[in-house]
Amino acid sequence: MMEELGWAAIFSRLALQFWPVWLALLAVFALSLHYRRRTGLYGRLFDSPLGMVGFGLVMFWVFTALFADLVLTFDPLGQIAQMKNKVPGTITPDGGVYLLGGDNLGRDVFSRMVMGARRVLAIAPAATVFAFMVGVTLGLPAGYRGGRLDAGLSFIANLVLAFPVILLFYLLVTPEIRTTGLPVALAAVLFLFPVVFFTMLWNSRFFTHPAKRNLYVGVTLVLGLWAWSGLAFNADPLGVWSMEPNMLNVFVSVVFVNAPTVFRIVRGLVMDIKTRDYVAAAQTRGEGPWYIMLWEILPNARGPLIVDFCLRIGYTTILLGTLGFFGLGVSPESPDWGSTINDGRRLLTIAPHPAIVPALALLSLVLGLNLLADALREESLKD
Amino acid sequence: MTDAQTPILEIENLSISFFTRSREIPAVMDFSCKVMPGEAMGLVGESGCGKSTVALGVMRDLGRNGRITGGSIRFKGRDITTMGERELRGLRGREIAMIYQEPMASLNPAMKVGAQLAEVPLIHEKIGKAEAWARARAIIEDVRLPDPDRILQAWPHQLSGGQQQRIVIAMALMSRPSLLILDEPTTALDVTVEAGIVDLVRDLAEKHGTSMLFISHNLGLVMDVCDRLCVMYSGEAVETGDVVEVFSEMRHPYTQALFRSIPLPGADKSARPLVAIPGNFPLPHERPPGCNFGPRCDYFVAGRCDAQEIPMLPAGGAPRHNSRCIRVDEIDWDAPPALAATAEPVPPGEVVIEASDLRKYYETAPGMFGGGTAKIVKANEQIDFSARAGETLAIVGESGCGKSTLAKVLMGLEVASAGTVTLNGDQIQQLPVEKRGPALISSLQMVFQNPFDTLNPSMSIGAQIIRALEIFQIGSSAADRHDRMLKLLDLVKLPREFATRKPRQLSGGQKQRVGIARAFAGEAKVVVADEPVSALDVSVQAAVTDLLMEIQRKNRTTLLFISHDLGIVRYLSDRVLVMYLGHVVEIGTTAEVFSPPFHPYTEALLSAVPVADPRVTRKRIVLQGDIPSAMNPPPGCPFQTRCRWKPLVPGNLCETVVPELRPIAGGHRVKCHLTDAQLATMEPVIEVAAE
Amino acid sequence: MLNFLLRRILTMVATALVLTFVVFWLTNLPPNLEKLAKSEGNARMTDAEVTSWLDRNGHAQPLLKRYGEWLGVAPGWTDERDGVTSGRCIARGTLPEDNPAFCGVLQGYWGQSTVFKAPVSEIIATRLGLTGILMFWVMVLMVPSALLIGILAGMREGSRLDRVLSTASITTTATPEYVSGVILIVVFSSSMVGLKWFKGTATSAMDGITFENFFLPVLTIALYGMGYIARMTRASMSEVMTAQYIRTARLKGASFGRVVVRHALRNALIAPFTVIMLQFPWLLNGVVIVETLFNFKGFGWTLVQAAGNNDIQLLLGCSVVAVVVVLVTQAMSDVGYVLLNPRIRVS
Repeated sequence: MMEELGWAAIFSRLALQFWPVWLALLAVFALSLHYRRRTGLYGRLFDSPLGMVGFGLVMFWVFTALFADLVLTFDPLGQIAQMKNKVPGTITPDGGVYLLGGDNLGRDVFSRMVMGARRVLAIAPAATVFAFMVGVTLGLPAGYRGGRLDAGLSFIANLVLAFPVILLFYLLVTPEIRTTGLPVALAAVLFLFPVVFFTMLWNSRFFTHPAKRNLYVGVTLVLGLWAWSGLAFNADPLGVWSMEPNMLNVFVSVVFVNAPTVFRIVRGLVMDIKTRDYVAAAQTRGEGPWYIMLWEILPNARGPLIVDFCLRIGYTTILLGTLGFFGLGVSPESPDWGSTINDGRRLLTIAPHPAIVPALALLSLVLGLNLLADALREESLKD
Repeated sequence: MTDAQTPILEIENLSISFFTRSREIPAVMDFSCKVMPGEAMGLVGESGCGKSTVALGVMRDLGRNGRITGGSIRFKGRDITTMGERELRGLRGREIAMIYQEPMASLNPAMKVGAQLAEVPLIHEKIGKAEAWARARAIIEDVRLPDPDRILQAWPHQLSGGQQQRIVIAMALMSRPSLLILDEPTTALDVTVEAGIVDLVRDLAEKHGTSMLFISHNLGLVMDVCDRLCVMYSGEAVETGDVVEVFSEMRHPYTQALFRSIPLPGADKSARPLVAIPGNFPLPHERPPGCNFGPRCDYFVAGRCDAQEIPMLPAGGAPRHNSRCIRVDEIDWDAPPALAATAEPVPPGEVVIEASDLRKYYETAPGMFGGGTAKIVKANEQIDFSARAGETLAIVGESGCGKSTLAKVLMGLEVASAGTVTLNGDQIQQLPVEKRGPALISSLQMVFQNPFDTLNPSMSIGAQIIRALEIFQIGSSAADRHDRMLKLLDLVKLPREFATRKPRQLSGGQKQRVGIARAFAGEAKVVVADEPVSALDVSVQAAVTDLLMEIQRKNRTTLLFISHDLGIVRYLSDRVLVMYLGHVVEIGTTAEVFSPPFHPYTEALLSAVPVADPRVTRKRIVLQGDIPSAMNPPPGCPFQTRCRWKPLVPGNLCETVVPELRPIAGGHRVKCHLTDAQLATMEPVIEVAAE
Repeated sequence: MLNFLLRRILTMVATALVLTFVVFWLTNLPPNLEKLAKSEGNARMTDAEVTSWLDRNGHAQPLLKRYGEWLGVAPGWTDERDGVTSGRCIARGTLPEDNPAFCGVLQGYWGQSTVFKAPVSEIIATRLGLTGILMFWVMVLMVPSALLIGILAGMREGSRLDRVLSTASITTTATPEYVSGVILIVVFSSSMVGLKWFKGTATSAMDGITFENFFLPVLTIALYGMGYIARMTRASMSEVMTAQYIRTARLKGASFGRVVVRHALRNALIAPFTVIMLQFPWLLNGVVIVETLFNFKGFGWTLVQAAGNNDIQLLLGCSVVAVVVVLVTQAMSDVGYVLLNPRIRVS
């Protein structure tokens, strides 16, 4: 019989273990509360209790991901044979503690959860950013120009949306697909959108100052195409940008699933905003369509887009969990939350902790994002 | 029953505040007024003065944040402020009914008109469904709507704006209330439709002996409808009394200033310019001590006006005429306003812009459920006009007359279907804006209607003006453009600090000034102003109008002033063009258009505009029905469906042939089948009694 | 109206064709076919043997031709070898003349499942029936409670009731099925908590449904969608409650209950109705997860088996069903929106 800690001891040790996270949270809240009257919408978030809770939860996981190496207690992949399915608080043979118990291979559940946060937060926000780039770059002209372009793009968006997500994942995230090069082709297209977006952004604004325009567009093209070659084709000559094929496959699929929804939201917002007089004013002074879309319309659609961005990171987190739950696109050792839940569910009625810990972690992160989005929406409507 | 001596509604020292998380915002302070049986009381003031809050206070419908903080509201002797929820429900709809601005929004879109009407007696009286529907049918006839059975079964969206407002009125009168509250009931409607509604309300109130509380910003309308009025400023009543008495002998500086800032017949931009009220309306938490109007008042005396709260004082000698001015007995109320610098009229120069036989047709795609065939909407038909340098040409008409389409064609946002537009000798009708060069674009600019919509909310004022300069290729460097931007702010009399502000930090009038600065950034030769002041409060309107004309005079700009407000048109324009359903029905100098002979539509339009001057007598010509839809215009003369002169034209000429726009005298042209002799019999619509 | 319906149907058919083609393409990629050859033939085939196997079984034809055959608009392939004609439509041991030339989805021939060794149409029919029961109970639980929560929360925006219900709805939308399922099983059927009210698997529900074996899976799917619909309803309801016509009703003297029921409800339900219908693709997700988690062998479970075992025909069949379900519900949402909204119906 091994020694065990009581729940009080477990929780106090857990709390202690997160010290870098607490420090960082303290700093962020102190600064934010102090300057909240000067930071606009972000500051007003701190007027709403639920908004603060949401923001706190999100930042908790962000800092956990950042300081994961300081927080975790064991190697998330290391197995200790005697620790299989042991309850939380069990002392290991060499005197350490499995704070939240061990899983069916004798790995530390707590450390795996902490490392899982890093994996989720490495993909979800980035994939959401790319989905937004694609959705915005296509949604702006579809909403602004209308007509055939809109009909065509909307048809394609509806096609993707009519696919049940799970089926799409089963079709898109498989080892077989990887050998055909389809993910790389998709990545090549999807990853080009940010470059196009920023090129248009600078060109439409600064074409009146050619020198400035050339500098901005040049820097965008050099940096963008460099990253593009590395991320999509793994062909970065300097080797800075790269993505492993597994990760690329997951990433591309998640962007692909999210982009049509963003497209539809942007398109709807544009159709509303383009009837405003300031858009007509820009037209009557001879502005080009991209200037109007990117500088007159887009900044004024930012409110709903920021709210949706938060919600979408949460949704992406759920999608990543789903992928992990079905074992798609992840290595078997991976500590990500979805696959740990999947690993743990077989012994759920006997040893629930390996599954319930990542489940609660995922729940709290997504809940934080949803609360944050909700508070942002309420506060932005209050003017 | 109430006898004639007890008031229907008696408000005493009423105070209402709204509570936000951080502070209390007093919206109405120490407000008193009395409405006698059968009397119509007008509540007048600019936006934000608290007049609507008073009405909602009477209904006890102030929302979660609003609360009555003091005073009493007695309805037939019962205090509403302390009434229970149940008793209040018995009052609402039964004893007091309310009508407000947007008729479409006031009706439930998912309920048939009949059901909405019948609901009122079903709630309040113990009668059966059949009887309630019969009552609904009767009341629809009362509000003079054709085909009541069809209307009972109609959905609200199937009715026109005027019809909807009649239904709202019918609903308010269903249970014969003794008090009717009307909150800007006609603001969303066209003038000729408004005239019919106003007549209806007055007649029905008279018939049933209903008292009215009539809220409006339009002084003329209040004079038409009300017996007494109460002028409000910044949450307080400042003057109250008999309408004619107050209008002819105003005894509060604010009332006086308000009248001097609206263009009444006789005002003239060169000889008797409007006098704008200086300064801004105080925000509720920035109200000054003492008299709220003090900082903007010409008669302000430091140490007296700001020393204590000013009570209502009797004024003018007439009974029940009071004023909240401490100097009411000292001021010489008849002294003429200190004349602002008058300017010489500008002689018009050569023709700058000219349209000839201009047409714009739209082909509408078959609707989502449309039967398939595309329809052609003739938004503009045979538009002919020319305008000279330094001249103001007003384009007048109600909604759907095609004036906005004309502006779009001129600006290149649409291309013409036929005809020509010539600017400085170049034909531009087929040049969409993206094909126009910077020189052409900067010489033809536009000022937009809605001040809250005209500026990009996420860009600073300075950046927006600089962007216009960049696009117009004006200025040699960034520093030079910055300098020019500051000069433009000077031009529109805005402080230079505004360059770094965001639009939301500016008031409506200030935003409109920025819009004007932007339009004149490239020294425009022609400026199209699409209702530039109609969304502003009257006191601000005068200032913005004056600014526009001052810049025009300085630059000898041609101003195409689109408006539905005949008062302001008469005041500032040199020539007037009247449009109806896409046609030019009359064009001529201002004097010619505003005096007989008229086109029958111009005649009706002039008579529909309420004038806030008791010395003016006005002939009432109320047009029947609504403006036909441009999708489905009547055959022949566009105005024939509502024209009162039609019987004089022999045969079915009016129904079949579109009349020519023919000259009557000089440049005065009219599109009508009436003969010269018949036109000559027309009488003036407005007459100003000699002083 | 007719025009609208016609165009709507045309778009639907086009969407279905494109989607099935994409699925066909993705399931018939060369690596999948190679895997199929090895599992059907033998695992140690050489590349040349694989090629010839594929050639013999009609997999070497152009993609469009194969898609046409599968759909049933192109004649099935035939292959004559050693005097024996085999073909897509030719049942083993019969003569080519006795068989039809076309055999595809349109003719009702959905292929043979390699995993279950049974016709795809049969498998899908039985599995879909099981899932239908599950979905029925999900809808019965989810829709009324979601609408009720949304209306209660939205009728007095900002009240305590609203705050409580809204926070609860946000929480359930943040809980995907694989999280709520795990939590529910742990709480209600694990030995650790010890409540043991319900069963942690629904395998026995395939033979007979009881509250004990079916409530947890139904609740798991319903919870996630419930929060979302409730939030939509709340947003719609609170917007309607600030509309002018609600004030009109209030100022007519109508009681709060009458205002909510007679005036607000119908207007407030237009938006959520669309949402409920558009929930189906999402519910399908939930079904797959829950059937896997609770080991309920319905449609979702079958889909996972098909995808996991490279069962091309079965996966294609499942995809067709899924796509059709989604498209039909989208169309129903459009029609329902028109019916509920008098403003659109008449114009």
